[in-house]
Amino acid sequence: MKIPLIYNIRSVRQRPVSTLFTALGMALVVLVFIAMMALSRGFRAAIVETGSRENVLVVRSGSDNELTSGLGRATAQTIAGMPFVAEGSTGRPLISPEVYVLVSLDRLDGGDALVVARGVSPQAFEVRKNVEIIAGRMINSGAPEILIGKSIVGRFAGTEIGETIRFASRDWEVVGHFAAGGSAFESEIWGENEQFMPAFRGEVFQSVTFRMSDPSAFEAVKLALEEDPRLPVGAHREYDFYASQSELLTRVISIAAVFIAGIMAIGAVFGAVNTMYAAVSARAPEIAVLLTLGFRPLSVLSSFLFEALVIALIGGVLGCLFSLPLNGLMTSTTNWSSMSEVAFAFSVTPDLLLRGMIFAAVMGLIGGFFPARRAARQPVVKAARQA
Amino acid sequence: MKYARLVWVNLMRNKRRTILTTISVAAALFLFVALRSVNTTLDEARDVGSESRMVVRNAISVVFSLPEAYYNWLTTVPGVSRVTWGNWFHGIYQDPRDFFPSFGVDVDGYFDIYFEMVVPEDQKQAFLRERTAAMVGTGLMERFGWRLGQTINLTSMIYSPDQSWPFTIRAVYTPIPGWTDEAFYFHYDYLYEMSEWTQPGWYVLELEDPSLAATVATTIDEHYENSRFATRTETERAFQSGMVSMYGNVGLLMNAVGIAVFFAILLVAANAMMMSGRERTSEVAVLKTLGYSDRLLFGLVVIEAAIITVVGGALGVFGAKVLFEGTGFQGMGFLPGFEVKLSTAAVGMAIAILLGLISGLVPAWQAARLPVAHTLRRVA
Repeated sequence: MKIPLIYNIRSVRQRPVSTLFTALGMALVVLVFIAMMALSRGFRAAIVETGSRENVLVVRSGSDNELTSGLGRATAQTIAGMPFVAEGSTGRPLISPEVYVLVSLDRLDGGDALVVARGVSPQAFEVRKNVEIIAGRMINSGAPEILIGKSIVGRFAGTEIGETIRFASRDWEVVGHFAAGGSAFESEIWGENEQFMPAFRGEVFQSVTFRMSDPSAFEAVKLALEEDPRLPVGAHREYDFYASQSELLTRVISIAAVFIAGIMAIGAVFGAVNTMYAAVSARAPEIAVLLTLGFRPLSVLSSFLFEALVIALIGGVLGCLFSLPLNGLMTSTTNWSSMSEVAFAFSVTPDLLLRGMIFAAVMGLIGGFFPARRAARQPVVKAARQA
Repeated sequence: MKYARLVWVNLMRNKRRTILTTISVAAALFLFVALRSVNTTLDEARDVGSESRMVVRNAISVVFSLPEAYYNWLTTVPGVSRVTWGNWFHGIYQDPRDFFPSFGVDVDGYFDIYFEMVVPEDQKQAFLRERTAAMVGTGLMERFGWRLGQTINLTSMIYSPDQSWPFTIRAVYTPIPGWTDEAFYFHYDYLYEMSEWTQPGWYVLELEDPSLAATVATTIDEHYENSRFATRTETERAFQSGMVSMYGNVGLLMNAVGIAVFFAILLVAANAMMMSGRERTSEVAVLKTLGYSDRLLFGLVVIEAAIITVVGGALGVFGAKVLFEGTGFQGMGFLPGFEVKLSTAAVGMAIAILLGLISGLVPAWQAARLPVAHTLRRVA
């Protein structure tokens, strides 16, 4: 027969300070775990969201990033004429041969950082569906004008509309700001490829991105491009290309999260063990009564486990609540694949909160097990005598 | 000291609780020390650069190179005593994730400017003589299990990735403290030959006097301002600091987590002390009846708490030192030169003492304020 759960809930309320301290300790562990995972998720999301599954990104054969790639004009033109490149509303192929360079910008809070400057074709805004101008206007072809991604607006000097930024020995006028669905594009400067090309590296593009007319045919497209003897290229699904750039840092942060939260959990679990042992020994007479009344030791065990679980879940809920304000908080780091700065937001997702709760529950069950077992194995006579 | 036995007996009254609390504190302090060491390692990396050396790089970004022709002019700049150059190779040995820094350098000038690497003279000569020779740090030799004289093949993330680059390890350097022991150096000439075309990634200048840094930087940067390869000149320390800043605000993150760790363990320790205080209410009343003063009882409880946290703290702090040094932990290559500094250990121990004082405070205060008659009546 089961012991009513209300018994445990009332017991927990009997020792508010102890319960609260134990729960708060666990809450902090859960908070740190969620915060670090949210950091890793946010970074990953910003990088991964950059790419679309419908687009193909072409770089020089063997390059795994745009920085070290180089493709000639002829290569770009050959690809543009291929049948699997989708056509835009105007009948022109949806393709953007791009110049990709890094420029050093002054941070408003001191120091400088490398930012991606991407020279794109006029079709780029149709190729990249998630990009939209949120302030100002589109760049004019042939003019030294640039658009600024919204995450770098206000963090670097000269990023407001009407201001100019000097790089590659030229002044570039900021004519607009753009959003790109939270992706790493929002940490970039966009201009026209034909304007950037002579200003930077001469007659080469770093990558060519195009929309496939049939996204499901990627494998065939890849083969056609890579097997073509005229093209010294590697073709990647744009989504996978950027996703692979986020792997290293995401992995490092996740390992750090598990390491830190794991060690903190040792402290929290032992705290729970202490609390539960104290609860068990303080209630020895009650337990004796329960056993005498005919409750099975297993019922006593699960009853005390449940009590530990209640404390842990209070901690879990508190930890989740504490972590909520972090959601959307902006931070930045360097994308080591491109050596450029990328801004992103902490991303506290429902599944992370769920993981936090599971983490708390596991801590509670581990912490509660030994005390609960002792309660169940208590010799009735001895315990009853204490009463 | 005559109360030592009383404190000891109290600690051993509930052995399990004392041990569990001690281990909790040890785990927390271990973590605290690890987090703080990340910060001190990064701070140290900022300062590793010298103030008397300057780095000249492409103004757009360090990933762009500079013409070889700059060398001659740079040697004529007033205040510059020596010039050398290097290039980033981004070599990979087998697994791209096993990162280590690798440079093609002007081997003739390099040793004159960089005194941080200690190399046996015969190895140095062997390295200088052979075009395909490589000089490797002790740490990197150990990581990959390389031997002197061994020929290894690297690929580069920058130059044609299909190409395999054979190198023969001719020299092993021991770094002076604070300098990385995981770097890989080889001849710029070999890089030039194999890649068919390359340029210096940066120039390093040695100054006659560190106070000339600002003047030299202005002279050089103005000279090349309107060139196709404009330059940016800064002291090596400023250059390094800029590289470290690329990690983002790691310091803030580590500190925030450190504070969370502190409070989490404070809750655990304080809770344990309060529980043991509650169980001993009647004993405290008896001691008071025997004439123990309020102040003495307060002190005894605080000392008891402090013993737990100091022992736990010492375990954690020295455990971290031994473990990280024993395993040669370098943060998967992200944290070269990672170490637990003595100052970090000292801060850790100070935190442990603080933890003990705070966690003992409430039960100590309760013990001191305990109404004797009331308590004894309840016991009876």
